[in-house]
Amino acid sequence: MSMLSFERRYRVRGGTLVGGDLFDFWIGPFYVGFFGVTTAFCAVTGTLLLIYGAALGPTWNLWQINVAPPDLKYGLGFAPMREGGIWQWVTILATGAFVSWALREVEICRKLGIGIHVPVAFGAAIVAYVTLEVVRPVLMGAWGHGFPYGIYSHLDWVSNVGYQYLHFHYNPAHMIAVSLFFTTTMALGLHSSLILSVSNPPRGEPVRGAEHENTFYRDAVGYSIGALGIHRLGYLISVNAALFSALCIVLSGPFWTKGWPEWWSWWLNIPVWK
Amino acid sequence: MSTEFQNLFTRIQIHGPVYPGVPLPPGSWRAFKGSMKHLFGWIGDTQLGPIYLGFTGVMSLFCGFVAFEIIGLNMFAQVNWDLVQFIRQLPWLALEPPAPGYGLRIPPLQHGGWWLMAGFFLTTSVLLWWLRMYRRAKSLGLSQHTTWAFASAIWLFLVLGLIRPVLMGAWSEAVPFGIFPHLDWTAAFSLRYGNLFYNPFHALSIAFLYGSTLLFAMHAGTVLSTTRYGGDREVEQITDRGTASERMALFWRWTMGFNATIESIHRWAWWFAVLTTLTGGIGILLTGTVVDNWYLWAVKHGVAPAYPHSFPAVTDPAALPGAQP
Repeated sequence: MSMLSFERRYRVRGGTLVGGDLFDFWIGPFYVGFFGVTTAFCAVTGTLLLIYGAALGPTWNLWQINVAPPDLKYGLGFAPMREGGIWQWVTILATGAFVSWALREVEICRKLGIGIHVPVAFGAAIVAYVTLEVVRPVLMGAWGHGFPYGIYSHLDWVSNVGYQYLHFHYNPAHMIAVSLFFTTTMALGLHSSLILSVSNPPRGEPVRGAEHENTFYRDAVGYSIGALGIHRLGYLISVNAALFSALCIVLSGPFWTKGWPEWWSWWLNIPVWK
Repeated sequence: MSTEFQNLFTRIQIHGPVYPGVPLPPGSWRAFKGSMKHLFGWIGDTQLGPIYLGFTGVMSLFCGFVAFEIIGLNMFAQVNWDLVQFIRQLPWLALEPPAPGYGLRIPPLQHGGWWLMAGFFLTTSVLLWWLRMYRRAKSLGLSQHTTWAFASAIWLFLVLGLIRPVLMGAWSEAVPFGIFPHLDWTAAFSLRYGNLFYNPFHALSIAFLYGSTLLFAMHAGTVLSTTRYGGDREVEQITDRGTASERMALFWRWTMGFNATIESIHRWAWWFAVLTTLTGGIGILLTGTVVDNWYLWAVKHGVAPAYPHSFPAVTDPAALPGAQP
């Protein structure tokens, strides 16, 4: 029922990182493992804390619920639960859940005999989250520099922090990150289109293969990166979008405190043309 | 778990003869013979070329070149044809659209006429390239997924530079050409209309942008992790399921209780990418034409809370009697 027709022969023991055979089992379609237990604990506890935080707040409006970090006066210390302590525990538990999830993916990769590309890529997303909520607040000396948990409150945070540096678009790492996001989305559109267009040909045409994929791109732009290459490229640019996002925010505050447009004055003042 | 197992680079390249491509319909021909590039072979296919030129392709490149030259020469003129200053100030230089007073009329060349001309040639170039993609797919007997995905991107491009300015009644509403200037335009546009973060279509567009990046990381990672079983040969896996796609499916099923198939992941991907620019274009189109202040819109519809006034009320100078646009 919860197994695909070919699934049973893949459900073998082994591949775990910790816990041996103790948690080496499935619940429905889900693999458990030691890190499945820690993921579930962190995720459930953190979610309940968020609901508790929402209950303390003024609204149940989904868009407006806000669980904020502590006031700056608490610095890097623990704050009372109702004054940011919930945010602190949610951050700890979320980091625990994300890392557990990545390690559980590694166990599944080992069990299936496949590479660990997916958990490594997920690691880049975790790096971005931890940079925003832990590394940058620590470098700036207060948990209050983290972003709040809430749909529109976190957008307000992004907007406000952006304008603290006058114009965030001038942040060079932000430029690279945005370019990578756009490029990745374009490449995804092109790749998915190509696969769908050869595997779902017009009525009366046969399904096409690699010769047509490559010819289509060589005809159009003079180069086809190939079936393997497009996945290497997509992996590289999507992971770097997350990493440069992390870089652009950790630079802002700990390493650059003025407006980002001003940063570019080094370019105008290079000795060759100054 | 060793590093070569992850298949991030091609370690041994085999260079065979250049593949000329599947036959074209009679009367069509390709330019350049094609050659092998060792550097490309590290992550992708080694073969560079041949390329199909064709009427729409050549005309598209020509129009694109004209637009590029108009923009570049205007910027060059702004620094009095001083090459050093041109390079030094390039990121700040702009070819701006006409002032609001010109409305949708054709302005003198020095007051936005060049901008209008560059926009015309760039738009023509993009539309010709769209036609080229349609015809390349058709001549090879492929479906038109690329064509329609490209059309979604062109939709956003046209909304920004043509459709919204026409609806607003002035070319001045459009985006300037220039590196920093187009970023300035974006920030000013957001501020003018009450912060674009409160625009729900902007929110959708960003969700699809990040979602596309997430999906590509997930999909590319999944395929790379199964290349030892032939996971990169996706069409073969679609038509004749092998152990690679079984392992791909089980990885996600065991991870999150759900899996796409080797074919359906490309449908997820296609829609995420296409909806990024489709919703983005809708968001821009509504801004200023239908909604004047997204923050007030969000407060009105219970999306954003009403924040306390921090500053005394100010009157928009443009709303004063006798104000000139």
